[in-house]
Amino acid sequence: MSNEQSMRRVTAIRNGTVIDHVPSGQALRVLEMLGIAGETSVPVSLVMNVPSKKLGSKDIIKVEDRELTQAELNRLALVAPDAHVAIIRAYVVAEKLSINLGEEVVNVVRCTFSNCITVNPREPLPHRLRVVSRDPLQLRCHYCGRPQDLDDLVNNVL
Amino acid sequence: MTGLITMDDLTNEEILEILDDAERLLPVARGEMYLPLLQGRIMGNLFFEPSTRTRMSFETAMKRLGGDVINLGDVKTSSVVKGETLFDTIQMVDGYTDIIAMRHPRQGAAQYAQDSARVPILNGGDGAGHHPTQTMLDLFTIRQAHGRLDGLKVVLAGDLRYGRTVHSLSHALVRFGCELVFASPALLQMPEEIVSDLREHGGSVIETEDLYGSINDADVVYMTRIQKERFADEDEYARCAGAYKLHARHLSEAKEDMIIMHPLPRVDEIDPSVDETRHARYFEQAFNGVVARMALLCKLLDVPVPEDVAAAGGAL
Repeated sequence: MSNEQSMRRVTAIRNGTVIDHVPSGQALRVLEMLGIAGETSVPVSLVMNVPSKKLGSKDIIKVEDRELTQAELNRLALVAPDAHVAIIRAYVVAEKLSINLGEEVVNVVRCTFSNCITVNPREPLPHRLRVVSRDPLQLRCHYCGRPQDLDDLVNNVL
Repeated sequence: MTGLITMDDLTNEEILEILDDAERLLPVARGEMYLPLLQGRIMGNLFFEPSTRTRMSFETAMKRLGGDVINLGDVKTSSVVKGETLFDTIQMVDGYTDIIAMRHPRQGAAQYAQDSARVPILNGGDGAGHHPTQTMLDLFTIRQAHGRLDGLKVVLAGDLRYGRTVHSLSHALVRFGCELVFASPALLQMPEEIVSDLREHGGSVIETEDLYGSINDADVVYMTRIQKERFADEDEYARCAGAYKLHARHLSEAKEDMIIMHPLPRVDEIDPSVDETRHARYFEQAFNGVVARMALLCKLLDVPVPEDVAAAGGAL
């Protein structure tokens, strides 16, 4: 099946954001990381496990009437670092964005270690995870130094 | 440098310089002379968790150098019990002091405090994390006994899982090319991420449950207490307690200059029969806490230790 056919499993959107090349099965996590899970006022479509030349299979997400910002997209580095993002205006691709994983992931997720100083929700300093390796992705808490389990981490989205 | 949170905050050269400073400050630490290098400076002692040696030796170190100390006191009667955040506590003490020594039950608290503070933070233990000032006094004790740090064979035994002392020390020893043997019950092994870190940094690490078989070719045997307070599960504690009981009879084949260390307090992991042997160094080690912390306070407050301490100091 061609890429175009995969994209057309759901209707083209007039305005909004398309996130393509999401690793297969990660679409729900992506929505969670973006804070779109659960109640939202904008239409959201997703297809999961469609064939992909590059990834074998992939997920695609379309968020209507909302242009995700670069800062929002950077949150996806933990689950879909190679996703392609397009901002759609009047049915055409107006902008292409990529996801940037910086040196640190700040205020996106909370450290997974149960005895880290940051477990107190009233402590005001930012949650900071240092990127120690990009491939494979490895993160450590800036404060307690503990390595982070990525599967646990996506449950700690702020 | 700002504070001392982990041993990574010090280069090997800085470690050796601080140990040299500590060596020169020994007569001051012993109270044989007065050298008020830190007169007019105030240290905040923030111990959110019980401590005897670390708290007292920080206080002694500051006072031997002519400085003053203010204490948080009992956490149960401080603002902490009213729900004050660590950030707020640090903001307050930061305004009262020139340097803060701190122990906290949560891991990462020292780094968090340093990020909240203007003054340097000396990490006196954060949960099962780091205890770098203990590492400095341990290194001082090892160098005092062997005249060097490099190339020694060091056995670390007991609670390696929760023991922050051994976490910081093993990182430092690997940096000086020491060979490490981790002897612990299976439940209390050194955390995997620390072992892999040490190996990535070129460290030679052997893991075993056999402490007694590791003693004979060791230069240092570093014993630790099985810490009841770190166990969530009483049964787990019961299975590990008393795993090792080092007795003088275990030392008959040990190297002549092998030393036995312990961060104290001990429970029954070192029998009193060991105290009388030439190998026992744990009480000197506890004293060295004063001199190592004196040197660290000077370093972090940017006060040079005179080359000729005898000439600079006066009679008490």
